[in-house]
Amino acid sequence: MCLSVADVKDCVQKIKTLKYAEEVCYNGTLIIKAFSSGLEIGTSNWTINGPRRNITCLSSSIFESAHAMNFDYHSLQGNDLILFSDFSSLHGTTGVCKDSDASSNLHACQASTAYDCSSPRDDNGNGEGFIKSLFNSEESLEEMEKLAFICSCAIDSVKEGGSVLIPIGHLGIVLQLVEQISLSLESANLKVPIFIISTIAEDILAFTNVVPEWLCEQRQQKLYSGEPLFAHVELIKDKKLHLFPAVYSPNLLGMWQEPCIVFSPHWSLRLGPVVHLLRRWCGDQKCLLVLEQGVDADLALLPFKPMKMKVLQCSFRCGIKYGFLLHLSRHYFHCSTVLTFSVCRLQQVQPLLEMLKPKFVLLPEELRLQIPSSNTHLSSFFYYTENETLRVPRLRDFFEADLAFQFQPGRLKEENKCLARLKGELFIEHGKHLFVLGKEPVDSSQSRPLLHWGSLDLNLLLKRLREKGINGSVEQSGSDIGPLNACLIHVYEPNKALIEIRAMSTIISAADETLASLIFEAVSSVLDGI
Amino acid sequence: MGLEGDTWQEKSLAAGNLLQTKARKVQLQLGSHSAMEIESLILGAGQEVGKSCVVVSIGGKKIMFDCGMHMGYLDHRRYPDFSLISKSGDFDKALTCIIITHFHLDHVGALPYFTEVCGYRGPIYMTYPTKALAPMMLEDYRKVMVERRGEQEQFSSDHIVECMKKVTAVDLKQTVQVDNDLQIRAYYAGHVLGAAMFYAKVGDSAMVYTGDYNMTPDRHLGAAQIDRLRLDLLITESTYATTVRDSKYAREREFLKAVHKCVAGGGKVLIPTFALGRAQELCILLDDYWERMTRPVVINIDGGLTIQANMYYKMLISWTSQKVKDTYATRNAFDFKHVCSFDRSLINAPGPCVLFATPGMISGGFSLEVFKQWAPSEMNLVTLPGYCVAGTIGHKLMSGKPTKIDLDKDTQIDVRCQIHQLSFSPHTDAKGIMDLVKFLSPKHVILVHGEKPKMASLKGRIQSELGIPCYYPANNDAVHIPSTQYVKADATDTFIRSCLNPNFEFLKSSGESNSDLGFKDSNAVQLVQIRDERVAQGILILENRKKAKVVHQDELLPMLGVENHEVKSAYCCPVHISNLEQIKPNELSRSNLSLDPSSRKNALPLSKCSWLHLLFEKLSNELPGGDIQELKNHLQLESFHVSVCSNDNCPYKTLEVSDIKSDTGLYPDPCLHAYSEVLRFESRGGNFPINWLYVPIGRGVFKPSSAEFGPAWFGMKCKNLGSSSPRL
Repeated sequence: MCLSVADVKDCVQKIKTLKYAEEVCYNGTLIIKAFSSGLEIGTSNWTINGPRRNITCLSSSIFESAHAMNFDYHSLQGNDLILFSDFSSLHGTTGVCKDSDASSNLHACQASTAYDCSSPRDDNGNGEGFIKSLFNSEESLEEMEKLAFICSCAIDSVKEGGSVLIPIGHLGIVLQLVEQISLSLESANLKVPIFIISTIAEDILAFTNVVPEWLCEQRQQKLYSGEPLFAHVELIKDKKLHLFPAVYSPNLLGMWQEPCIVFSPHWSLRLGPVVHLLRRWCGDQKCLLVLEQGVDADLALLPFKPMKMKVLQCSFRCGIKYGFLLHLSRHYFHCSTVLTFSVCRLQQVQPLLEMLKPKFVLLPEELRLQIPSSNTHLSSFFYYTENETLRVPRLRDFFEADLAFQFQPGRLKEENKCLARLKGELFIEHGKHLFVLGKEPVDSSQSRPLLHWGSLDLNLLLKRLREKGINGSVEQSGSDIGPLNACLIHVYEPNKALIEIRAMSTIISAADETLASLIFEAVSSVLDGI
Repeated sequence: MGLEGDTWQEKSLAAGNLLQTKARKVQLQLGSHSAMEIESLILGAGQEVGKSCVVVSIGGKKIMFDCGMHMGYLDHRRYPDFSLISKSGDFDKALTCIIITHFHLDHVGALPYFTEVCGYRGPIYMTYPTKALAPMMLEDYRKVMVERRGEQEQFSSDHIVECMKKVTAVDLKQTVQVDNDLQIRAYYAGHVLGAAMFYAKVGDSAMVYTGDYNMTPDRHLGAAQIDRLRLDLLITESTYATTVRDSKYAREREFLKAVHKCVAGGGKVLIPTFALGRAQELCILLDDYWERMTRPVVINIDGGLTIQANMYYKMLISWTSQKVKDTYATRNAFDFKHVCSFDRSLINAPGPCVLFATPGMISGGFSLEVFKQWAPSEMNLVTLPGYCVAGTIGHKLMSGKPTKIDLDKDTQIDVRCQIHQLSFSPHTDAKGIMDLVKFLSPKHVILVHGEKPKMASLKGRIQSELGIPCYYPANNDAVHIPSTQYVKADATDTFIRSCLNPNFEFLKSSGESNSDLGFKDSNAVQLVQIRDERVAQGILILENRKKAKVVHQDELLPMLGVENHEVKSAYCCPVHISNLEQIKPNELSRSNLSLDPSSRKNALPLSKCSWLHLLFEKLSNELPGGDIQELKNHLQLESFHVSVCSNDNCPYKTLEVSDIKSDTGLYPDPCLHAYSEVLRFESRGGNFPINWLYVPIGRGVFKPSSAEFGPAWFGMKCKNLGSSSPRL
């Protein structure tokens, strides 16, 4: 069944949109917030704060992004549980890398990236220093290198007279490639048009230029200096970049020239304008196809065989690093070039967890071996699998409640302990329980204990009774009233009454209410009660 | 209505959470903590408009809201008196942070001076547009000061750049944790692009500082919007404390008509405005209008400032009104079609012309240049902003219709042109302020940014109509108000659940209330009101060096490791049967247990059950709401039991059973034994009124857990039924 446009619109209307760090309260008890994950514009890690525990849902995150706002890991600090759902490494390790014909300079690259886990982690004792060191470090350099490499390949192709086809994958990569390639073209003094052929190109590019609040700091800086956030604004104005909704757009046909550089959907190479263009260029060995990692290149290119076109496959960061390995490998098959960058990232996870200090970490079963739990003493690790419920131990037996009341010293019968009855209303508000005491003052007659405990000291009771002017005679263990250890006090003054005392109960019988209540007071004063 | 609903409350209501419908203000003081208070030190905009600056001490934090300058002064009065914050000048220690609400100079003008000259290095927060646009305003002002007035500069261009580097930009509704305790959040304020009201919360104390705001949307900005918050303090602007304005569209039409008429007649229109805000609003208005005209005249903008500002506006479109936002992909509303930069050499070129020029109040600069040239022709038109500071030409033009204006002692300008005063303002009117105060219902209100007499009148309204204490301190005065503090305690599940248990009451509403509700015709339809008033009860446990804990009564004893000691009251009394005919035969036949046969020979063999049943019927009639249960061996009314005492030598028989002669037709009877577990002897007098059972704890309704009966109840009950000697 296919969804209609109306269905999609209806669905989108039901979405409540949030800003980063905006609090939204569900049902008075759960506070939900989103924080930037750095992967793309608007991608988020979510926190759910409830009365029982605080949960972080950690998705694929990138520490330093070249377009989107950086991974805001600070705001995730101190939550009890992390649901780790960054699966990027799982795709990365099982990638297309078949052969590691690593040349010497690639070796060098590996050496610089491999991180020595032992050294800088001690600062602040929370791994923060380490995470900071990840910033401005090789990670983004590495990404820049990849982009530069793609650019140089594209320029080479264009110089040879071949066109470049880049199926649209990650938006951020496309935006950066547009900027980089246009710069390269300019510096090479090449007048080659860049086309983006997509029904939503115009909307998306317009959108990216009006969301400074969602972008990385360098881009925000452009806002402050009054420049467009992305270079594509100027490129469109200077007619270097052209947007068309489809390959058959009349303006495109009028403007078409080869060689050119085309961005277009779909990365699967099965639908969208990319299919037509690939048919046109697949036999031309001067042309270049740029694929992102995650696509099975063999399968994707099958309908276009024999492929004479050069193929460049490149993996970009799409999550937190797990491992210490960096493969840069070059494959040759069918006379075309496939360059595979595949990065396994495990190295960032542990310092990140150490800094976030969760009590529990829920990891996918597949990562059991990749993320050893032994190194972290602070958190307990649990592993989850699809379609199975995982039970996580309770953290708190208590709710935290705010009490709003004018506190009166309660009854203090035990040492160090103070008890008081509360009566009021309980509200649940913004994830907090708020107990508001009733306004009516507690009148003295109502403050009588309703609950007693302990055993009754007979002598003390008699003393208290005498103080109130009540006298009686004691009859020990009257067998005719039942169990042993019972004792009766026959009160004769000021009126007749009977007090029956057993181990765990006391029964007062009096016809005279006043007397009965006096006796009750005396009994209460001897027992503990509230 | 600008405030979009009762954000969380309405939604949770929809979710059916009845609990929250009862949310009300909490009044509480924690006796000894009288030191917990909120202090508001007014450093500017106290009983005046200009140099907005309020320093609020809340929960041990000190926040400076706005750091503005006064446009009307050139001496020390231009800046707030910062020495009142810290005598030593160590502002970093004295202040937790600075929050700037919007880019107008009377709100941000003193910031570079404070950071670069006075040396404040702490955090500064403002929204993204404010951070983008404030440097333009500051730089423009600095230039005017230095270049045009030849004054010695208070801060340099570098100062502005350095100052802005210290600013952290925030998004709307983004909850910013300034430090472990202080949380701030920006809400949309309308007024100008990026204007925000700021919420600040420390512990349980919370407040909102509105800055300038507008409760009605205009061409490019939406209306102010805020959540319903629990506030101790609201500090609001009060520029139009007594004015109530009507629809804006009529006044916009007036403006367009005036401009159209002038241009059609070949005249020139001078629109003096500030570069930001009003200029964009009017550009949108005119551009839109021109679009629908056959022969539009180019709208000229003088100076790079406004052109550059449009660039910012384009990127910050998500801060504009919904209508403008919706169209950005196809055409950004700030991509004006008919707007272009003005060539100053064409100032006297013939033909119609529309020109935006700064500054707004014709206090100097290019707008004054143009005014000098264009004012003498009656074909021309000059529009004036809603508010002009005294001493400016704008102010002179507004007050009366002068035909000549003396610029200085040598220059005199003939004013023959038409004057149109723009009557729409980006400030809220009195109704808007009242709406906001009512919506937020803070515990205290402080008025700033207004004129003293009008503020006094608004204060009166807030106090009398809304019952909220209100203040309008003068500059350098401080206001102290108490702040909220809660005790934190752990609560057990059982306690929470017992509190959340529904406590429904079904009240049959009378015919009168039906007619009130508009059901006059159908008295037959009986409405049942359902009330769910939950009274939460629990026990608070305080222990040395431990967090307070709240438990349910049932949990207390196990928690303390002790056993319950039951204290009961009991009362036995003889009950006589006075009228045998009342006992129906079928009741007698039902009885299967015979009473001690030896007691009376001619006594009817009444069983215990029959006795109880008789009593049950009697009591049920007398106490229709009482819900008495008839069980096998006893009657039960909540914790109150009635049973036949089986003990011949009942020790509780404190009343002697008087021998009643058989000729009276009365039969002595077994002893009725009544006791209750709940021990309360409310009635100290002789008479127990029947309705005592209905004595309210809540709202005049019987509450089982709180209506407690003493042993005397039963006796009294019986007495009420008949003679002094209990009988049935």
